[in-house]
Amino acid sequence: MTSLDDLSLTEAAALLERRALTSRELTAACLARAEQRRSLNSVIALLADRAMVEAEDSDRRRAAGAARGPLDGIPLGVKDNILLAGVPATAGSNILRRHVAAYDATAVERLRRAGAVLLAKLNLDEFGMGSSNENSAFGPCRNPWDESRTPGGSSGGAAAAVAAGLCLGCLGTDTGGSIRQPAAFCGVSGLRPTYGRVSRYGVIAFASSLDQVGPLGRSAGDVALLMNAIAGHDPRDSTSAPRPVPDFAAAIGRGVRGLRVGLPREYFELGGCTADVAAAVRDAIAVLEAAGARVSEIALPHTRYAIACYYLIATAEASSNLARYDGVRYGDRVDPGRGLAELYLATRGQGFGAEVKRRILLGTFVLSAGYYDAYYRRAQQVRTLISRDFEQAFAAVDVIAAPIAPTPAFALGEKTADPLTMYLSDIFTISVNLGGVCGMSVPCGLSAGPRPLPIGLQLIGRPFDEESVLAAAGALQEATDWHRRRPPEGGSGRP
Amino acid sequence: MAIGSEQVLHIAALARLELGAAEIAEMQRDLGAILDYVEQLRGLDVADVEPMTHAATLATPLRDDAVVTPPGAAALANAPARAGDLVAVPRFLE
Repeated sequence: MTSLDDLSLTEAAALLERRALTSRELTAACLARAEQRRSLNSVIALLADRAMVEAEDSDRRRAAGAARGPLDGIPLGVKDNILLAGVPATAGSNILRRHVAAYDATAVERLRRAGAVLLAKLNLDEFGMGSSNENSAFGPCRNPWDESRTPGGSSGGAAAAVAAGLCLGCLGTDTGGSIRQPAAFCGVSGLRPTYGRVSRYGVIAFASSLDQVGPLGRSAGDVALLMNAIAGHDPRDSTSAPRPVPDFAAAIGRGVRGLRVGLPREYFELGGCTADVAAAVRDAIAVLEAAGARVSEIALPHTRYAIACYYLIATAEASSNLARYDGVRYGDRVDPGRGLAELYLATRGQGFGAEVKRRILLGTFVLSAGYYDAYYRRAQQVRTLISRDFEQAFAAVDVIAAPIAPTPAFALGEKTADPLTMYLSDIFTISVNLGGVCGMSVPCGLSAGPRPLPIGLQLIGRPFDEESVLAAAGALQEATDWHRRRPPEGGSGRP
Repeated sequence: MAIGSEQVLHIAALARLELGAAEIAEMQRDLGAILDYVEQLRGLDVADVEPMTHAATLATPLRDDAVVTPPGAAALANAPARAGDLVAVPRFLE
């Protein structure tokens, strides 16, 4: 048997089912791993005691022949902007440092129902706003492949935890790439489902027309098993789609014979990919072609406008969503003793970090009198054009293949001086959220050099066609072993 | 688009955000750079394009008109100041 730290969720589920492993053993191994890899700072709250109780419950169910399926007894993590009743939910913000969730998010409730062990709340950029996990009030998370580098963001803690073996899968959220980019930077698989596929009930809102919950795992198969548990309509989220939920795991082995894969020429021309990234992505596409996919070039002509469009729409929505943090009903309060208006100003001025303030200000500006039409409405019109690009592309192809990010994980501190430079690193992920389609990141290579870093392939699918994306991801993982590579032990990259 | 410090203060007041002097200068610089960057959207002809307001294309769903009890005590436990079962705030009417 491979080390417990190296097991995929699918492998662990098989061992649990055969009674070759207990959830208690597996959970204890993950908790030990979390202690061992504390330097990553991927965890905001470790739920050790609760997790061991949940593991024992799972073992009892299994012994009684009442196991609830493949996730029963599997230790998982949850990004700390997703609510888990009775446990702090900070969203990586000082303003929620002492906030305790009053109920479970729907996605969490569904994982519980499936018997999962929920073992940690994981680090993130404050309210999901960032691409490097450096905007967390709890300090930056580090990349397990090289601790001098970022794990990506905003689900940096989730991706780092899966990569380093702290848990076998995670729930993240993706508003502009926040599942896919950290998955790519840490060498794990991550799916941003179609908007409406997974309920947002119990998820701390950032930009409500773009936010979506999704899984990160060690393989496409692991991601599919997590999707089977969390997807589906929820009456408590009016934007969740009342559509039947397929068996995502069945899509994994479907193969890609005849699948039409499109390469968006703009992604290869605009983004300034490093040679390593471009080569790894091309190689992965060649693997799909060899497995029977039909590859052709396509156009997504409005790609170059996506970042501008996104940072107007997302900040406008954020400025509205974050109005609720006023120091009255929940969150920290700063009361200078000069009345309610001063309480609001001081609470928000001291509770939010710099990037959140920047986005609230930008969003307030683009919604303000005299600027709404020129900025916000125009951005929404451009969003229509970006969405039409996808519609036209998907008339000719079934899946779009592209890079996730122009570079592998960048260094901590490399892009913090200039917010715009950080925004530009999102060029390949942001259109998916604007267009309301689905997208996935799967490992497809390692960079050259003494400390290799993972590279991710992006697979984009039609709305509610996560299955084709998973089929392509499954075919790639059938033919390559990039997803089995693990970061070097001991956290290289630090003196 | 250049943005003045009074304009930053005006937006900050709308957003109920207290900013220190250094923050005002920083936000002036950053917002100016971001607004310069988004100027590129002006190059697109969107005269006849409907705005896309949302990714979901659903009609507003209706649910049963049934009372759902919110998690009262747990929710109230998060209030930074309480008076009995109520959330306490500073006096705002004289």
